[in-house]
Amino acid sequence: MIELESMPLPVSRPDTADTLLRLDGLKTYYPIRKGLLGRVKGHVKAVDGVSLDIRQGETLGLVGESGCGKSTIGRTILRLEQSTGGVIRYRGEDITHYSTSKMRPMRTEMQMIFQDPFSSLNPWMRVRDILKEPMIAHDKASSATVDAEVDRLLDAVGIPRAYKERYAHEFSGGQRQRIGIARALALNPKFIVCDEPVSALDVSIQAQVLNLLKQLQKDMGLTYLFIAHGLGAVKYISTRIAVMYLGKVVEIGTKEEIFRAPKHPYTQILLNAYPVPNPHLRGREKIVVQGDVPSPANPPSGCRFHTRCPFVQDRCRQEEPALLGGIDGHAAACHYAF
Amino acid sequence: MSSTDIQKLAQSGVQAIPSVAVELPETRFRQVSRRFVKNKMAVIGLLFCLLLFAIGLFAPLLQPYAPDEITGDFAAAPSSAHWLGTDQIGRDVLSRLISATQVSLLVGFATVAIYVAFGTVVGLLSAYYGGWIDTVVMRITDMFMAFPFMMVILVVVSVVGPSLFTIIAVLALFSWPSIARLVRGSVLSLKQADHVRAAVSLGLRTPRIIRHHIFPGAMAPIIVNATFGVASAILTESGLSFLGMGVQPPTASWGNMLSEAQSISVLSGQPWLWLPAGLAILLTVLAINFVGDGLRDALDPKQ
Amino acid sequence: MITYIARRLLIFVPVLLGITIINFIIINMAPGNPVDMYIDPNMSPAIAEAKKEALGLNDPLFIQYFKWLGTILTGDLGYSMSSFAPVAQLIGERIMPTVTLGLAALVLALLIAVPLGILSALKQNTKIDYLVTGLSFIGTSIPNFFLGLALIYIFAVNLGVLPTGGMQKLGGDGGFGDRMIHMILPAIVLATAIAGRKVRYVRASMLDVLKQDYLRTARSKGVHEFWVTNKHALRNALLPVITVVGLEIPILLGGAIITEQIFQWPGIGQLTLQSMMSRDYPTIMALNLIAAIAVLGANLLTDVMYSAADPRIKVG
Repeated sequence: MIELESMPLPVSRPDTADTLLRLDGLKTYYPIRKGLLGRVKGHVKAVDGVSLDIRQGETLGLVGESGCGKSTIGRTILRLEQSTGGVIRYRGEDITHYSTSKMRPMRTEMQMIFQDPFSSLNPWMRVRDILKEPMIAHDKASSATVDAEVDRLLDAVGIPRAYKERYAHEFSGGQRQRIGIARALALNPKFIVCDEPVSALDVSIQAQVLNLLKQLQKDMGLTYLFIAHGLGAVKYISTRIAVMYLGKVVEIGTKEEIFRAPKHPYTQILLNAYPVPNPHLRGREKIVVQGDVPSPANPPSGCRFHTRCPFVQDRCRQEEPALLGGIDGHAAACHYAF
Repeated sequence: MSSTDIQKLAQSGVQAIPSVAVELPETRFRQVSRRFVKNKMAVIGLLFCLLLFAIGLFAPLLQPYAPDEITGDFAAAPSSAHWLGTDQIGRDVLSRLISATQVSLLVGFATVAIYVAFGTVVGLLSAYYGGWIDTVVMRITDMFMAFPFMMVILVVVSVVGPSLFTIIAVLALFSWPSIARLVRGSVLSLKQADHVRAAVSLGLRTPRIIRHHIFPGAMAPIIVNATFGVASAILTESGLSFLGMGVQPPTASWGNMLSEAQSISVLSGQPWLWLPAGLAILLTVLAINFVGDGLRDALDPKQ
Repeated sequence: MITYIARRLLIFVPVLLGITIINFIIINMAPGNPVDMYIDPNMSPAIAEAKKEALGLNDPLFIQYFKWLGTILTGDLGYSMSSFAPVAQLIGERIMPTVTLGLAALVLALLIAVPLGILSALKQNTKIDYLVTGLSFIGTSIPNFFLGLALIYIFAVNLGVLPTGGMQKLGGDGGFGDRMIHMILPAIVLATAIAGRKVRYVRASMLDVLKQDYLRTARSKGVHEFWVTNKHALRNALLPVITVVGLEIPILLGGAIITEQIFQWPGIGQLTLQSMMSRDYPTIMALNLIAAIAVLGANLLTDVMYSAADPRIKVG
């Protein structure tokens, strides 16, 4: 029974021409080893059957609490983690099981911006060399053009060219993140996974970096998967939003749909946690979340959210809801969606 | 900042704030040296080591006599002709002491160079590839490290026969596992670092990732460990030579010079036969250990 | 925890097997057939050949290895080639002196290192601290044979207050007091390097603890400084020091070889050296194996104690 219900989703998903990246039932499990012989005694199901599309030129925001598997998705797409099941398609090409060498040309298409600007830059290299590394690896630039390329990248992210002789530790967090962005751009990618790129930065710097990302997207026609645990940055930058809970996508829709008419109780709770800018709306009734996040090694039966859902019914405890939605693409995985 | 740099800056057309642009960043080497010289004992140790190198390098010029030449009376007390006296078969002690410097430095540095190179490569590969390779390598290091060091070295030397080459080979053979484990540990933690993930997602090839993005991070502990390793190799060689299982006479080594002092008569009546060699070992090892300690503090990223 | 210990013991099996193989290979690298010594050179070649055959020396190396392993596993360590006594008996006679000396050295090292290390930490960056640290460096840098000779020179030859070596007076009764007196110098020599290392370890551990918040809390509650150091800090600083004592075992074993040689102490170290000089391979192999087991056991004990002492460390 359970097997049947975790099959690929019945929601109709035409593979339109503008789909850049497509995930079908993607799973990433980490084995738990225990006992005398270190046998695998179970799995942490970080990503447990995620299907979604990312369209050319859009920014898909991916939100959820820490540990819900959102960062793992990003890393799995870029093949930094090995997937356990499902399919990753980039421009229709199944890259799920590509070898390291077959994956290498794909690296010029897909890149990543990391969360921690302090650990994501090689501390033993000058900025110039950090930016040169990818170009050298892919023969993207000759020795004659490589310095001009470095300057172009620094200009693009707003770091003065004179700073290229410096080491990463000589920069502020915001500057480092700009360098991280420049590095991701070095190969002229089309798709970038932004893994909580501003959450380690000061609030005052966050807006600058988000604006930079938006500007670059416009200039270079980039597509983003923007991962965040709060709704603030996601609301600002995304065109569509997917909400994750315990390894699954529970709701997906355009930014307006998610913020105006959330269908899933969990999305509503996330929205409640997000401070309402308009003081007149603050009186709105709040739904309170109960209990702790269950362990992804042993997720609850039925709907994964049922242990914390304020509207839980008997059916939720037994039957896992599918991610169902209308023609518009706004979908929620809830038996009693709003 | 040179004028060409300023020209370049002007050409680039970037309005850099002068105070920022003028200051070239401190290189890692300069930063570490600045921290190192703050440690007085380490600096003294380093100077002593340089002195030893000079002595080793110019040994033939510095020795008053050939180290295995019989030059005078047996076991003569220090005099103007023999500053440190002569040994029991009439060789000049000072000349032998100088000549033995070469042996000690050779053993120390050759041993460490061999096992650090080998241990580093093994540790890097074991950690980077993981899986069964890693398991096998770690079990092998377990085996090597379970041997009581001195005992097993004695066994091998007694079987193969003592010589300078054997000593170096055997010390290296039983020393690489600690470096391999050290390197493996730092690589395993570095592998999880975002900048290495970034290198992977940028499509860099594995050898390049290891060389440019992982190895530099493992360097600091390797350097420190290697420095202490030189001291410990010199100490072990002198112990082996003292037991007669190391460098064989007539080649002079500080250890075998001391082994002649084991008789009570030499010990009590002829201190020039054992005191200088013993002090030479002590001071050399002490100096290198101070350098190692200074390097550890200077390379510690937390400071 | 029990699973962890069981798993570690399980890992010991291949490690120990590997050790026996390495041992066997090393010893078979010896020039000539190690058992040539058994054979009287006046013996006719035919008889010698027959004897070799009977001893199994013409078998392929790996068969010889398995035969040897088989006898080891039954607890039979074979016979010494020089004294023809059973190896087990030889080792049995020598083990107590080495263990006694080693324990004495360990206790002495801690008695020196703990107070000095604490003093050094409490007086951080003062002259006392520099002096203690300097002494600890000398302790780890001085060759044990040089220290041994120097101590004999001072205390036995010049002052004449302590014996030059041996375990008891010649013709003496070997009473407790006599043995203690004979043990003083070798124990100091063995303890020096360990004390040198431990001083720095205690110092670092103490400095670490002194920085912790709970000490500030104790102080702010008005706990007297004496009690802050002695009760609150000391226990937490010394726990890691005591728990890693097991790691000194290989160093003690190595040091024992030279120390026992200098002081004519009739222990395992001296036996090792003697059997090497006489190429007594069965004894050497047995000594190596026993030492390896001791080292592995000590490592395991260290890990277990370490995690038992510090609840933050999880093994497994």
